[in-house]
Amino acid sequence: MSTVIRFSGDSGDGMQMVGNLFSESVAFAGYGVFTFPDYPAEVRAPQGTVAGVSGFQVHFDTHAVTHEGDKCNILVAMNPAALVAHSKYAAATATVILDSDGFTKESVAKLGYDIETIVEELALSECNIIEAPITQMTLDAVAECELDRKSALKCRNMVVLGITLGMYDIATDYAKKFIEKKFGKKNPLVCKANIAAIEAGENYAKNTHLVGETHTEKGVSALAKGTYRSINGNQAVAWGFIAAAEKSGRPLFCGSYPITPATGILEELAKHKALGVKTVQAEDEIAGICTAIGASFGGALAVTTTSGPGLALKSEALGLAVMAQIPLVVVDVQRGGPSTGLPTKSEQADLLQAMYGRNGDSPLVVLAAHSPADCFDKAYMAAKIALERMMPVVLLTDANLANGTEPWLVKRVADMPSITPPIVTREELADKAECFNERGLFNPYSANENLARYWAIPGAEGLEHRLGGLEKQPKTGIISYTPADHAAMGALRAERVERTAALISELKIEGASEGDMLVLAWGSNAGKVCEAAAQLHSEGKAIAYATVDMINPLQAGLQEKMAHYHRVLVCESNSGQLASHLRSTTTHKDICSVASMEAKPFEVEALREAILTNLNLN
Amino acid sequence: MATKEYTANDFRNGNAVKWCAGCGDHAIFNSVLKALPEVAERLDIPRENFAFISGIGCSSRFVYYMNTYGFHTIHGRSAAIATGLKTARPDLSVWVCSGDGDSLAIGGNHFIHACRRNIDLNLILFNNEIYGLTKGQYSPTSKLGKVTKTSPFGTIEEPFSPAVLAIGAKASFVARTIDMELDLTKEMLVEGACHKGMSVTEALVNCVIFNNKTHADYAESKAIREERTIRLRHGEKMLFGANKEKGLVLDGLHLKVVTVGEDGYTLDDVLTHDAHSEDTALHTMLASMRYPEFPVAVGVIRDVARPTYDSEVTRQIEEQQTVKPNMKADDLFFGGETWKVE
Repeated sequence: MSTVIRFSGDSGDGMQMVGNLFSESVAFAGYGVFTFPDYPAEVRAPQGTVAGVSGFQVHFDTHAVTHEGDKCNILVAMNPAALVAHSKYAAATATVILDSDGFTKESVAKLGYDIETIVEELALSECNIIEAPITQMTLDAVAECELDRKSALKCRNMVVLGITLGMYDIATDYAKKFIEKKFGKKNPLVCKANIAAIEAGENYAKNTHLVGETHTEKGVSALAKGTYRSINGNQAVAWGFIAAAEKSGRPLFCGSYPITPATGILEELAKHKALGVKTVQAEDEIAGICTAIGASFGGALAVTTTSGPGLALKSEALGLAVMAQIPLVVVDVQRGGPSTGLPTKSEQADLLQAMYGRNGDSPLVVLAAHSPADCFDKAYMAAKIALERMMPVVLLTDANLANGTEPWLVKRVADMPSITPPIVTREELADKAECFNERGLFNPYSANENLARYWAIPGAEGLEHRLGGLEKQPKTGIISYTPADHAAMGALRAERVERTAALISELKIEGASEGDMLVLAWGSNAGKVCEAAAQLHSEGKAIAYATVDMINPLQAGLQEKMAHYHRVLVCESNSGQLASHLRSTTTHKDICSVASMEAKPFEVEALREAILTNLNLN
Repeated sequence: MATKEYTANDFRNGNAVKWCAGCGDHAIFNSVLKALPEVAERLDIPRENFAFISGIGCSSRFVYYMNTYGFHTIHGRSAAIATGLKTARPDLSVWVCSGDGDSLAIGGNHFIHACRRNIDLNLILFNNEIYGLTKGQYSPTSKLGKVTKTSPFGTIEEPFSPAVLAIGAKASFVARTIDMELDLTKEMLVEGACHKGMSVTEALVNCVIFNNKTHADYAESKAIREERTIRLRHGEKMLFGANKEKGLVLDGLHLKVVTVGEDGYTLDDVLTHDAHSEDTALHTMLASMRYPEFPVAVGVIRDVARPTYDSEVTRQIEEQQTVKPNMKADDLFFGGETWKVE
């Protein structure tokens, strides 16, 4: 049975750290795991306030896990504010572990509750409440390390780590090794204290017989064989680009402006100068994409990373990349909108912006990643399409993918698909008369069999040419406003995009091969949507489910397979944007929508209900 | 990269040039064509290593007439696009053709940050003090009170001086020229191109249609230019006038025009131009001089050495590659905390 643990405490309590260490220890022990950090937008809201509560949810199981889980089975609350803020995430019969040292009459009253009745008031009556003296345990455990009280109390999260790992009989070696690496040399006393805290927590769990629900096949993993590491979506995107750069032989360039929740990609890429990665922290979002366009003109694999508000600012330049046929990947790590919106919350509401948010008919490829590890593959494929087909590609991820982690089956660059950009020299084009005008000058918009513009990179002798945002004559690139040329170029721009469908694998349908309903998901919701649909299918419903990874052009097979079901149901965190897109681009007559505008992750339970409701609609 | 001998003609592609007859851009174009063979020789780079990037505006059509790599981009963003190109390709000589609207209004942010970063670009700022392509609206450099289609009662905005703004943003090379001074323009462009770092050359150009004679008071004829502009040369006295009889002196914290031999001023009192001074104060004062109170400064106003953005990027990469030699993506992916599922 699957387990969901949520750690909650003050922003400064180290909940992200304990969450990460717990999930990595669990993964190291062979479980499938998926994490979801849930932190406030404020860097450090006042201590002890509900606004300042930071959470981290871990979902693990003996098989691969595709989402962060619904309600938690175990809720850890480091103080009363954390309990108040996150009690709503606890399952009805959850085990709630709280630091009893922090639950005083006064501290509880400050939040407007009565210490005698807070459990009932928060609807936790049926929960198993474990009042653990975490603060005192910490102080006792680290007493020998001669730390001041403030430093000693920083080890409270390690006591919690020890307790939770102990409950599931998961080895603490991984966590201890991590602590030794982090503090061992720099601060031996802090290192010793943290390890003592982990052990104190572990002993507490063992001594009090605190046992989580058991995983019968504990440690026997159903994951595919190989080397794994924990990866979040932002890191995976960055690494996907690094792999694509090496494979294609194009140096990697990232021009970006910091924006939540995309900044992690720029930060990650900035580290890897040893791999030749160049990053420019631009003066604004527009300069982010423009520096990337310039680098691409110079022959780089160029990317820019942003979130919804930044994509809005990049629109005009993205249109230039469409017009001038510039290879470029734009990553939009979606957050709640519109405007500044909900910077730390996830939403899928930039789909139509990515599709249509430019002046003129300006088609481009839109890909969507569906899990943190999938962000690697999608970034790689986005780069492949951009480089091989000489066009901009928008890759949609979201805040949940960016910050969520899961085990990634590490790949070697040698095993990845080839990337062959249409780079040319004058000699290579010598026998292609159509590539040159009557004066022997290069026709910059001449293209290969895939309609990809030949990539003549500055420095290539005899291929000097001019690109630009003005409408051109096909092939020659001479500025032209004639109706025929504009129509021809417009058709070409559309056709170029359509042909990229061949580069992404066909839509994979699971469940019934035909029947009442096809449930479609995309982005970070895919894991939960597919799980809910899979449950209903296994209960005998004639439904199927699939994750859409390529939205423009429509993923191969999608349109044909939709025809095998009476109804198509699209579940997404927006007002129904993919559903609306499918209604306008496919011939299916019955496309329904489960559209959540709460900017919070779906829950499997609620999805089951929603799917059933739509299944039974006339 | 064996250097070839180029002529001006090697750098033009033969497309019909479509600026209005009498437009100052023609003169700048000719000066650029004359400058490039010399730049190619001095930098020892072939024609295919030149790239011209432009934004939007009359001057931005420039790239379509060149036989180099070129990119006519979008309004205001040429400096940003050129920044990416030069960062990715430090081996290229990257030029930016931009106007007063393009670089100082819609693209003001990119302009100042390119100056601040000191990326090795050669930016020619065609300053005609008007929006020409949109047919005659005031620009950020239009003189206060200028009557245009969008300021029928005169502008109420203080104009920017491009050179002053560039110096304020710590550009390492700032020069000013006048469209009709072909040799001066060529010299400024060659110097700017050979300067390591951002070079801004403000070209005072005439828009014969929408802002005719805007620079005429100080630029119209050779005789007027001699009296009303001052050619700055590093290490030389700041003298001007037909017989070099007038000079600039410091009067307290201000510049003052004097006549040598009058009012007790001797040649020794006249300032000597130090373009290499790190301090921007005097450069700012010189760039700020307006006719009729002062002569308009032309020539190299500022030329200081400081590390360029592109060379610093390269340096950091080389340093990291020395620390981690021959690193590959696989080393990153399989390094650090991993575990095996057997």
